[in-house]
Amino acid sequence: MKYEAVIGLEVHAQLLTESKVFCGSSAEFGGDPNSKTDPVVLGMPGVLPVLNTRAVEYIIRMGLATHCSIAPFSRFARKHYFYPDLPKGYQISQFELPFCSNGHVDVNTEARGQQRIGITRIHLEEDAGKSIHDTAIAGHDSLVDLNRSGVALIEIVSEPDIRSAEEAGQYLAKLKQLVTYLEICDGNMEEGSLRCDANISIRPVGDAEFGVKTEVKNMNSFRNVERAIAYEIERQTNIVESGGRIVQETLLWDANVNTVRSMRSKEEAHDYRYFPEPDIPPLNISEEWVDSIRAALPELPEAKQARFVQNYQLPEYNAEVLTATRSLADYFEKTAADCQDKKLASNWIMSDVLRVLNDTKTDISEFSISPEALAELLNLISDKTISAKIGKTVFEEMLESGGSPRKIVEAKGLMQISDAGALEKIIDEIIENSPSQVEQYRAGKEKIFTYFIGQVMKETRGKANPATVNEILREKLKGA
Amino acid sequence: MKTCIELRQDYQQGGFKLTERVEEMLAKIEAGKHLNAFIQVYADDARQRAAEIDARRDAGEKLGRLAGLFIALKDNMCMAGKRVTCASRILDNFISPYDATVVRKIQDADGIIIGKTNLDEFAMGSSTENSAHGPARHPMNPDYVAGGSSGGSAIAVAAGMTDIALGSDTGGSIRQPAALCGVVGLKPGYGRVSRYGLVAYASSLDQIGPFGKTVSDAALMLEVISGGDSNDATSAHVPVPAFSGYLDTTEKMKFGMPAEFFGDGLDDEIRAAIEALARRLEDAGHTVTKVKLPLTEFAISTYYIIATAEASSNLGRYDGVRYGHRTENAENLESMYVNTRSEGFGPAVKRRIMLGTYVLSSGYYDAYYRKAQQVRNLIKQEYDQAMEAVDVLLTPTTPGPAFRLGERLSDPLKMYLSDIYTVTANLAGIGAISIPLAKTENGFPIGVQLLASSFKEIRLLQAAQAVENLAE
Repeated sequence: MKYEAVIGLEVHAQLLTESKVFCGSSAEFGGDPNSKTDPVVLGMPGVLPVLNTRAVEYIIRMGLATHCSIAPFSRFARKHYFYPDLPKGYQISQFELPFCSNGHVDVNTEARGQQRIGITRIHLEEDAGKSIHDTAIAGHDSLVDLNRSGVALIEIVSEPDIRSAEEAGQYLAKLKQLVTYLEICDGNMEEGSLRCDANISIRPVGDAEFGVKTEVKNMNSFRNVERAIAYEIERQTNIVESGGRIVQETLLWDANVNTVRSMRSKEEAHDYRYFPEPDIPPLNISEEWVDSIRAALPELPEAKQARFVQNYQLPEYNAEVLTATRSLADYFEKTAADCQDKKLASNWIMSDVLRVLNDTKTDISEFSISPEALAELLNLISDKTISAKIGKTVFEEMLESGGSPRKIVEAKGLMQISDAGALEKIIDEIIENSPSQVEQYRAGKEKIFTYFIGQVMKETRGKANPATVNEILREKLKGA
Repeated sequence: MKTCIELRQDYQQGGFKLTERVEEMLAKIEAGKHLNAFIQVYADDARQRAAEIDARRDAGEKLGRLAGLFIALKDNMCMAGKRVTCASRILDNFISPYDATVVRKIQDADGIIIGKTNLDEFAMGSSTENSAHGPARHPMNPDYVAGGSSGGSAIAVAAGMTDIALGSDTGGSIRQPAALCGVVGLKPGYGRVSRYGLVAYASSLDQIGPFGKTVSDAALMLEVISGGDSNDATSAHVPVPAFSGYLDTTEKMKFGMPAEFFGDGLDDEIRAAIEALARRLEDAGHTVTKVKLPLTEFAISTYYIIATAEASSNLGRYDGVRYGHRTENAENLESMYVNTRSEGFGPAVKRRIMLGTYVLSSGYYDAYYRKAQQVRNLIKQEYDQAMEAVDVLLTPTTPGPAFRLGERLSDPLKMYLSDIYTVTANLAGIGAISIPLAKTENGFPIGVQLLASSFKEIRLLQAAQAVENLAE
């Protein structure tokens, strides 16, 4: 029997608000342990939460970008459990009436083409602190760092619409792209500002009913998400195929040994005792507010992609690559604005620029060549001041020295030789010195033509205009 | 007896020195030590503040509205650098790093905070017997309770150990001890006074309010502590009038007496005293009519579901991790939690945590908590409707006068019924005040309660003043 996986993801994204979600403490990442706390963060007696409305604005941005309905009336709830990094004994979260519900995102999958992944809900909550059990730091004790406690977090809960590890990766990448476009989260999985848990079950292909699900946690990179899900699908399939039954439980992915281990069974599951948070009055979210947030949304990836195809006559694929992040798209547009040949800009950024970024593991925002300088280089190629090949040399030089392309070309004498008289002289000499090659060519061995091109380029140190060289060579080699 | 406003005028005109009056106050506190009204007395701080304020007065500076007066706080309000015990072992050595909003307002108004008063642990109780610091005792007879949970504050005012005291009222914890001790106790409408810095018992019901010897004392304190607060999202940003300036009026008011508050279980002497008051009010030209509040019978059960649910949640933070008591006797995280909380909380608190945890549990939430919220909304509506026909409601504050220490400790249900006339004001979120009305044959005070819609405190206080003028 063939089985298919049914997967739903719960994705947490830390919001980039300056202060925490229910108090004025800094929400910045890092710092000395417990330095970003105050009586509210510490859950001291008598303190009260006051909602950071910027966080609400951010979650509404995400809701609008994922086609959710925005609740006109929303409220917070307390979710109870005891853990040392949860100062109040409850997390302020949402239960009934989350801010956003019933949305979707579309992803392109290899196996199933374009798929719509439903979003059940997006709600706002506070992050917990961190418990440190590492004996190198904590010895035989456990230590608690509450710097992260109270940082604004949104939880995006998907429908069980995902069918493979690859699709889960695509969906997660799409969410990361959206949160970074919206500038509400930095999307960094390794630092934990984007986190993902997966609910996974399998069922015989064609069945409408769901199988028993497990929840997999602790997948702290894109690669781990795909590996852990693939592992869990295989584990469940093996159990079922050998006549066993799946047990509902929560599993932890261990990336060191590529396996899952049980964290708690269904019987040990918490009763969170949700009830409406009495310290924060329910919120009325006016249509005007939502409209003003909608009006201020940045151009989103899909719209940008379509516009790139339209305005710059780029192929779909190029437009998709160039809009992968907002900063890359901005870089392209700034380059293209000063560039005669938009397609050339697209090709260079996709091949050369992205290669360098990939090799050096840097983001486009930290790239040393400005869009203006790149455009200047590309224009030198377009107007045939230099050849494309010399362009690559200049590009490398720009990376190294940071100089302007025109100055590099001038200083090194890299200007293309397009003057027919000068080239003719060089070509005549080469023909004269290569009697056997000339003979072969004239005898019909067309391939040897590249030998002459190579000789000219060698002689001119690559500066000869290839088109002119081509023309003159063909003419001369025809013979008398 | 001088009202606080008269004392303040007297002080401003140089009638006395605070440096001298502070010693009188401290002497009274010392003399009444057996009543166990105070958990902490800030003698040195009070002396220093007294000297500072005297100096500013003598220099002709303009002084705040509480200059010349001493204030006591219930020991569930936070004051920077001072312990806040909540009369619980679990907070034994906890020192607050910050000021409650009411503390800041009192200090800005030049009131001198002389100490913090005894209470039922975490404000849970009706007799101030559930205290890690021992029971508070009735100022007229130490074998009797002073009521609770703000018993210490009521005693402090009744015995002249302070001019004004603050209490907190979740189901009657200001009004009930005020009635039992023969002082005025005011619970403002929900949101009138910031809860920031008040250690939470039941967040949707808790409200800070004043005790005073007179209605005008309570009015003066209310105008100082009221107002919206950016640190409390549930506080109301509504203008705060100078309440104490509105008390005397010749206007005739409409009093409504809900039949449900005069049924079985009400002490005969209290019933008679209130009926006599009703006649005197009519004689004075006011109207007294009967009103109906049929949902009253559900009030206590509704109250105990909501209050315990919120309490079970609010008290989750006392876990021994960051502050307060931590058990010596722990092998792992689980036993650290269990032993810390078992050692730290008293039986009345544990009972509420267990009840509250139960009513919020999955499978029981709809039957208890959700149902209670629905009933609460209906009670609110019922009060809104009743208030359309009258200015204030007139009821007993308590079913009986002060009772003996220990008498109800083993019978929680009977103890809970001490609040039968007071909890509805908290459920409905409206304002209510208890005013001393008469004395029983044995000499114990009898209080009468008035209730008015939220933010109608002027009318509430005017009616209270009218009652005070007619009291025996």
